[in-house]
Amino acid sequence: MNIDLKISSEALVVQSCIDWAKSAESGGVDVFIGMVRNNTKGRKVLRLEFETYESMALNEMKKIANDSMLKWPVNKILMHHRIGVLVPGDIPVVIVVAAAHRAAAFEACRYAIDTFKQTVPIWKKEVFEDGEQWVAAHP
Amino acid sequence: MMKVLTFGIVKEILGDMSAIVLLDNGMTVAMLKTKLEEQYPRLKQLSSFMIAVNGEYANADTVIKQGDEVAIIPPVSGG
Repeated sequence: MNIDLKISSEALVVQSCIDWAKSAESGGVDVFIGMVRNNTKGRKVLRLEFETYESMALNEMKKIANDSMLKWPVNKILMHHRIGVLVPGDIPVVIVVAAAHRAAAFEACRYAIDTFKQTVPIWKKEVFEDGEQWVAAHP
Repeated sequence: MMKVLTFGIVKEILGDMSAIVLLDNGMTVAMLKTKLEEQYPRLKQLSSFMIAVNGEYANADTVIKQGDEVAIIPPVSGG
């Protein structure tokens, strides 16, 4: 399989994601690692709580992977997202794209993470020392 | 009666017990959204919300049928 999608409450392991994507025909592997930041506009973040509508999320992730392969000559694409409680420094998302040449890998990876953030039904709540909010919920 | 799946802030707005709406014959997604906004005015304060039917984003004119899996999708924020 050239597509690997996962939603998990376990820690994501970046090296295994890269190992999966590597292959003899790919001259470039582009990796995007999302990290939990320690602040939002200067407000200290204690933790993020992620939840998902898993069946639909996997379905939307599959569309992104398929579209990426149609738009660019890429060999393999991996999208993993973690859910549950994460603290600053944890990795909520890893996207890896392998292609014969770097331009396709870079462009497809950027498309994949940008589209992921717009369409995949996953939600995060930021918990601060003095409050909490669902990200993007309100204007 | 139809149970509607809720997530994130919508789960907090509706509460787990109240995610039930009366399903009228021929109800479209647009009609459902209006009904939900009437029952739960706080939904109108969201940036937006979508309806998914059977795991796909649905258009306003999609008709909801008995047995469909219907979910309210508030603005997503993965990544």
